[in-house]
Amino acid sequence: MSVNNLINNFVVRFANVNGTGSASANYMFAKAVFRMGIFATPKNIFPSNIQGLPTWYDVRVSEKGYLGRREGVDMMVSVNPQSMANDIKSVKTGGYFLYDCTKDLPENYIREDINYIGVPLMEMCINEYSDPRQRQLFKNIIYVGALAALMNIEFEVLEQLFKEQFAGKEKLIAPNVKALQLGMDYIKQHYAYPLPIRLERRDLIGDKILIDGNSACGLGAVYGGATVAAWYPITPSTSVVEAYSEYANKYRVDPKTGKNNFAIVQAEDELAAIGMVIGANWNGARSFTATSGPGVSLMNEFLGLAYFAEIPTLLIDVQRSGPSTGMPTRTQQSDIISAAYASHGDTKQVLVIPSTPKECFDLTADSLDLAEHLQTPIIMLTDLDLGMNDHVSEPFVWDDNRKYNRGKVLNAEELEKMGRFGRYLDVDNDGVTYRTYPGTHPTKGSFFTRGTSRDEYAVYTEDSGAYVQNMERLQLKWETAKTLVPTPIMYQEKNKSNIGFIFFGTTLFAAEESMDMLAENNITIDAMRLRAFPFNNQVSDFIESHQSIVVIEQNRDAQMRSLLINELNCNPSKIKSILNYDGMPITADMIVTQFHNLSL
Amino acid sequence: MTYIKPKFRHPSLPKNDLGYTKTVYEGSLSTLCAGCGHDSISAAIVQSCYELALEPHRIAKLSGIGCSSKTPAYFLSQSHGFNSVHGRMPSVATGASLANKDLIYFGVSGDGDTASIGMGQFVHVVRRNLNMVYVVMNNGCYGLTKGQDSATADEGSKSKAGSVNLFNAIDLPSLALELGASFVAQSFSGDKAQLIPLIKAAIKHPGFALINVISPCVTFNNNPGSTKAYDYVREHLDATSTVDFIPLQEEISVAYEAGSTKNIELHDGSSLQLNKLATNWNPEDRMSAMTAMQQAKLDGEILTGLIFIEPETTDLHAMIKTSDTPLNTMDESQLCPGSQALEALNEEFR
Repeated sequence: MSVNNLINNFVVRFANVNGTGSASANYMFAKAVFRMGIFATPKNIFPSNIQGLPTWYDVRVSEKGYLGRREGVDMMVSVNPQSMANDIKSVKTGGYFLYDCTKDLPENYIREDINYIGVPLMEMCINEYSDPRQRQLFKNIIYVGALAALMNIEFEVLEQLFKEQFAGKEKLIAPNVKALQLGMDYIKQHYAYPLPIRLERRDLIGDKILIDGNSACGLGAVYGGATVAAWYPITPSTSVVEAYSEYANKYRVDPKTGKNNFAIVQAEDELAAIGMVIGANWNGARSFTATSGPGVSLMNEFLGLAYFAEIPTLLIDVQRSGPSTGMPTRTQQSDIISAAYASHGDTKQVLVIPSTPKECFDLTADSLDLAEHLQTPIIMLTDLDLGMNDHVSEPFVWDDNRKYNRGKVLNAEELEKMGRFGRYLDVDNDGVTYRTYPGTHPTKGSFFTRGTSRDEYAVYTEDSGAYVQNMERLQLKWETAKTLVPTPIMYQEKNKSNIGFIFFGTTLFAAEESMDMLAENNITIDAMRLRAFPFNNQVSDFIESHQSIVVIEQNRDAQMRSLLINELNCNPSKIKSILNYDGMPITADMIVTQFHNLSL
Repeated sequence: MTYIKPKFRHPSLPKNDLGYTKTVYEGSLSTLCAGCGHDSISAAIVQSCYELALEPHRIAKLSGIGCSSKTPAYFLSQSHGFNSVHGRMPSVATGASLANKDLIYFGVSGDGDTASIGMGQFVHVVRRNLNMVYVVMNNGCYGLTKGQDSATADEGSKSKAGSVNLFNAIDLPSLALELGASFVAQSFSGDKAQLIPLIKAAIKHPGFALINVISPCVTFNNNPGSTKAYDYVREHLDATSTVDFIPLQEEISVAYEAGSTKNIELHDGSSLQLNKLATNWNPEDRMSAMTAMQQAKLDGEILTGLIFIEPETTDLHAMIKTSDTPLNTMDESQLCPGSQALEALNEEFR
């Protein structure tokens, strides 16, 4: 039997039944690795279900700092009989299979090339605890204890995590620590430990944080000055507004009056959610909503109105795998086209695409500025992987001197001094016109908001010339947007290769790792990470200056590739695709394999 | 014929308490059909705002899509207006109100805009008790697309082309009562004497105020056999009461026979004086209002006037405890927790 020596470099997969409290125990394992100064990337792979179906939780441990998912399980913690047969198959040769040996494994579950570690979890729980719920919950903690012994997790780290988790409920600390100890003791009495796959404390993390993208977006909305959030629950975006609510309740309640410097409305559907956001922004409050693909579809009509009527709007789209339930609790980057060209008539929407929790925080706050500056919808595209899974991220930073950019808004004094106000008059020749909030001035600055059919003074007209002039001004505004949206991240100062990778969002993690893997085989690749649409000159220059371009994305139809070809008019034959759309985050191995199959 | 609205006004036009003549409250020239009920409602809105001496710029007028939703262009030209998306005015009004609780929100919708495509948003804005006036200009048909039946067309009502509506009508005031609306009224575009005090009271009401106004479509639904035609409506009107709006601190001068009057004090101290015509009906009792509506329906009558009111009511802002300061006036100092708090948060995620 082969044994791999894999210090700080392995994948642990937990196979659980959902609704059994396993996620918090598994998270504890990941957090302990992080606290020991080593990169940990947890991924919760969960069903669209509340209780009873299989759920998996991967933790990739990487000394080199790779944060992408990796296939190949080095340690399987199997607590779910439903999925056990397949779980055994997914263990790498030489890997470990930790299971509940209260009952013997069927003979056909025995593989000669992996190591079995039986811990009688159920038996231990029945002996130690009488309450059925405790038996279930402590089973999770016992296996964490077993892993602690097997993989060298520092006991003090786990103990401290319990203290933090149960602050205010100190009574719960001792029984949890006891369960942990039970697991550790069992391993120590029955097995040689630690295993070759194990942890060794490092100092790789520095001041980084471990957080999910949705929390970062919610916090970014609080810092960015959003006061109105309207939303409709949909996985995987729900926790964006939940996080906004948590932080707003923490930081935005007036201590004197007890009243809220924010308003949150759970709308009747996504149509109403975006309608409220548009109404609030029209009236001068920063407002946002969060949804996923089906919600974006429902919001399409309003997105058209907001584009034409030029109303700032922030929509955070946490992308998932299409309609219905089930696969939608898996990740994808498949709303690119539907978001970029959302709605009727000639519309183009500004997209902002973060890759990390730090960018989720920064770009949410920045997008609130950008939406008001450009007076148009900003659609921020994240995905389930970024939104719902914890990622090691740079810490958040805020400059206390920062002022919100409220865009071109005229106050009463300015209106008083000026001549006739023209809501759609391009005074500055940048396509962005001045607006007023309702109620500003008794006799000046009021206007009637419509989608189309008005002149520069917002007076009703069905004149074709006025329509065309307005559409051309909106095109000019689009050009202005190119100078304001987040710029792409370039991986080289000068081109070093004929081949250029283009990727965006969560593909970052696997793409960077794949480039290292290719470099080990002496294949140098240039790369650019997109962060926004419209594309600026850096994007077209990068494509122009490479013989072959490979767009790596997580959808079937190579949507970003289509968008690049359509918008930049570049030669489609030189633009290849590497794709993954099975609902699981793309891996570096997938990219390398597909790369070798490309004819470049 | 000219399509330019004359600007000349008599120099001695009366002025309200703000020193504004009624012309200040007018809008641009209506493009609706001559004789359209909606224009009478617009005129009643102008008259109401003028008499209440409201500052026009402190009113936001919102609508969806349809003939009725075009009308905000025809009143209050000094107010910001928003002609939004078909059936979605309630959500836009909700967002607008959340941003600035200090303005008056005046929503205009039609029967298609409310009872069909907008039904989802209508029922929820009622539930949330958004502080707004919601006028439905109800003509039982789709005017702008040339006369199709709407969901408020009565079963058996005959269209201009002679086809008979097969489906039950949605009764918006009854629905609003069921949903817990705090102000429900019904009126007729041809009865300005009743409509104006209702609009005034609705503006003063500190919660959601529905006024369903039967407003005949002269072009597509004014034929014999239609239950939304002028003649039919006039013949079947049954007023709950006469209605007089008494502003704050004005002596009640309207005299009614003793025993039949009911005085309802509104939230701001002004009052509504009702000379009750309907028996067994109490406008402050939801059950009796619902019964009166159902009875009128059985009798083939159209009950008009104030149907129900709950003068003291808790609106959305009060329910979700928003600040007394409008949210749209807040800046970094009130909204941003700052770098120190962020550093503490970072620590929580380490």
